[in-house]
Amino acid sequence: MLRLERRPEASQLMSYASPAIAIALMLIGGLLLFTFLGKNPIEGFKVFFINPISDLWGVSELLLKATPLMLVAVGLAVGFRANVWNIGAEGQLVAGGVAASAVALYFQESEGAHVLILMVIAGCIGGMLWAAIPAFLKTRFNTNEILVSLMLVYVAQLMVSWLVHGPMMDPDGFNFPQSAMFEDSALLPLLFDDGSRVNLAFVFAIGALLAGYIFMFRSFGGFQMQVAGYAKDAARYAGFSAKRMIWIGLLSGGAMAGLAGMSEVSGPMGQITEHVSSNYGFAAIIVAFVARLNPVGIFFASLLMALLYLGGEQAQQYMNLPSSISNVFQGMLLLFLLGSDVFINYRLRWKEGS
Amino acid sequence: MILKKIISKLALLALLGAMTGAGMAADNVGFVYVSPIGDAGWTYQHDLGRLQLEKETGVTTSFVENVAEGPDAERVIREMAKRGDKVVFATSFGFMNYALKVSKTFRKTAFVHATGYKMGKNMGLVNARFYEGRYLTGVIAGEMTKSNVLGYVAAFPIPEVMQGINAFIQGARSVNPKAELRVIWVNSWFDPGKERQAALTLLSQEADVITHHTDSTAVVQAAEDQGKYAFGYHSDMSKYGPNAHLTATTHLWGDYYVKTIKEVQAGTWEPTSVWGGYKEGMIALAPLNKAIPADLQSRIRDLEKQMTAGSLHAFAGPVVDQAGKIIVPAGQNMTDEQLNSMNYYLQGVVSKVPN
Repeated sequence: MLRLERRPEASQLMSYASPAIAIALMLIGGLLLFTFLGKNPIEGFKVFFINPISDLWGVSELLLKATPLMLVAVGLAVGFRANVWNIGAEGQLVAGGVAASAVALYFQESEGAHVLILMVIAGCIGGMLWAAIPAFLKTRFNTNEILVSLMLVYVAQLMVSWLVHGPMMDPDGFNFPQSAMFEDSALLPLLFDDGSRVNLAFVFAIGALLAGYIFMFRSFGGFQMQVAGYAKDAARYAGFSAKRMIWIGLLSGGAMAGLAGMSEVSGPMGQITEHVSSNYGFAAIIVAFVARLNPVGIFFASLLMALLYLGGEQAQQYMNLPSSISNVFQGMLLLFLLGSDVFINYRLRWKEGS
Repeated sequence: MILKKIISKLALLALLGAMTGAGMAADNVGFVYVSPIGDAGWTYQHDLGRLQLEKETGVTTSFVENVAEGPDAERVIREMAKRGDKVVFATSFGFMNYALKVSKTFRKTAFVHATGYKMGKNMGLVNARFYEGRYLTGVIAGEMTKSNVLGYVAAFPIPEVMQGINAFIQGARSVNPKAELRVIWVNSWFDPGKERQAALTLLSQEADVITHHTDSTAVVQAAEDQGKYAFGYHSDMSKYGPNAHLTATTHLWGDYYVKTIKEVQAGTWEPTSVWGGYKEGMIALAPLNKAIPADLQSRIRDLEKQMTAGSLHAFAGPVVDQAGKIIVPAGQNMTDEQLNSMNYYLQGVVSKVPN
C-alpha cells in the first residue's frame, strides 16, 4: 500500500517553489473546470485573469481589493511564524472598523487631519482589543486561540449589526441599518484624481509590509518568534518568553486587521454598515500561506487573491458562470499548496501490506 | 524594464480580449443580486423579472449574483455601466450609495435601485407594498387559527419588516379580535438554521399559523413537519410544504422592468420613486391552498379587488399601537410617511420591539 514517509531533510528550494507549483496547478485546474462547464478554456482564462486588469482603472481596483488582504496577511504572518494561530482576523477587522467609525461619527463636525489620525489609532486599537481576548485567555488559562479567535468573529459581526441598527444608525436614514456617510475629513485621501478608488490605505499596506519584513528578518523579536515556530523547546531552553510571543503574535494580527477595517470604512465605504468585511480576514489566511509568511510574497499573493475575486465577477458577467467560481479557484489554490507542501516534507513509498 | 514589458503584453492581450467582445447588437441590461438566485426568495423573484424582460422585449441581460453590499458592488455596477448597459438594476438596499456614486459618472445609463431612499438625476427607486399581501394573509390566519396564536419570524426591525408584522395582525384582527401575534427576531436575512429554530419555538408556544420575513424556506418546512400552517414570503414556497403552505405574498418585478426598458429605449425615461402594490401589479398572492374554505377564498379574492381598486388600505383607521395610543383615527389611512418610519408594534402583537 501507499505510505507517506518523512523525508530526512525538506528541500529549501521546493518550499519556495511550491506556491508557484500550486498556482500552476490551479490554472490547469481552472482550464479543466472551464472545459467541463462547457466554456472555451482560453476564453475563460482571458475573462478571468486578463480582463479585470485590462485598463488602468482595473489595475487600481486590483490594488484596492488587495490592500486589506496585504494588511491582514502581514499581521497574521507575524503570529503564524511562531505557531500562534489567529483565525479571527475577520472579527478584529470588524472591531477596528467599528472603533474607527465611532471616531468618525463623534468628530462629524470637525475639520482637520486629527480626525483621520485618530481613526487610524482607533482602528488599530479596536483590532488589538479584539485580539487581546484570545491572547489573554491563552496565556492565562491556556485556551485554544484558534477556537476563541474564530468564535469572536461572530460576536464582532453581531456587535456591528446591533450598532448599525441602534447607536450608530443614520438618524436621517429611514431606519435602514447603516451609519451616516462620513465627512470628507474622515475619508482617506485618494492617491490619484482619475476617479479610481485607491487611497492612502495602499501606502499603509506597503508600510506594513516593510515593517513586517524588518521585524521578521532584522529584529531579535522576530528571530525569537521564528525559533519558537520551528522548535518550541529550543525557544524555551533559550529563555524566550512564550507568553510574550503569543501576545505579539495576536496583537500584531489584531492591529493590522483593525487598520484594514478602518481603511474599508474610511475608504471605499465611507460609512459603516453590517458589511464591513468582505471575508478579508479569512482570505488573508490563504494569502499568508501562499506567501510562505513572507512579506514580499504577501504583496504578490494578495494581488493574486484580489485578481481571483475580480475575475470571478467578470466570469459571471461575461460567461454566465456561477458566483462560487471565485471560491472554487481560492479553494484549489489552497488545496494544491497544502498538497505540494506535504510532498516537501514527505515522500510517497510503496510498502507491501503489513 | 521587465515589469514594463509584462504590462504592455498584458495590455495587448487585454485589447485583443476587448475586441473579440465587441459588436453587441441588442441593448443589454445589467442586474446586481445580493444573494445566489436559488429557487425561492428575494433574488429569485428579481430573476423571474429578468427572464420576463428578456422574453418580452428582446433585450439581452447579464447578472452578477451574491454581490456583497460593500465596495465590491461599486465595481460590479461600474463595469455594467462602462460596457454600455442601457439600464442597471441594483436589487438590494446596500447597493444604494454605490449605485448613486456610479450614476454620477455614467449619466447616459439609467440606474434603478430596489428599496432605499436616495435618488439621482439618472437613478430611480422601486419598491413594493408587500404589506398589502401581509394584510390578506393575516385575514386568512385569523380565520384559520384555532389557538388564536400566530407566529412571525423576522430579520431586522426596519420599517419594511415592521409594516409586514403590523399589517399581518391588522388583517388577523379584522376577522378575529382574539388573535395575537408573537415575533422572534433572528438578526439575519438568511439563516435557515436559526429560522427553523425560531419557527419551532413559536409552534411550541401554541402558534398554529406562522410566517416569516427572512429569505429561506425553513419556516414553511418547519410548519410542514409539525403539521401546522404557514405562509411563504417573496416566492411561492408551496413545494416546501404542500400541506402547510396556505399561500404566500409574492413579488412581481417583471412588468416594472419591461416598462422601464421601453421608456429608456423610447427616450422618455425619467427617474421616479415607485412604491407599487396591488394596484400596480407588483405583488400577488400565490395560489391558495385547498385547505382554505371556499367562502374564505372568495372573500380573499374580493379583498384583493378592493386593494387593487384602492378602497381597502391595510392600515385603515383606527390603528392602535401596543400601548393603546391611536396612531391613525377612524376614517383615515396611514400615510406613506408614517409607513416609512414605522418602528413600533400595533395592538395584538404580544412581543416587545427589540431595543
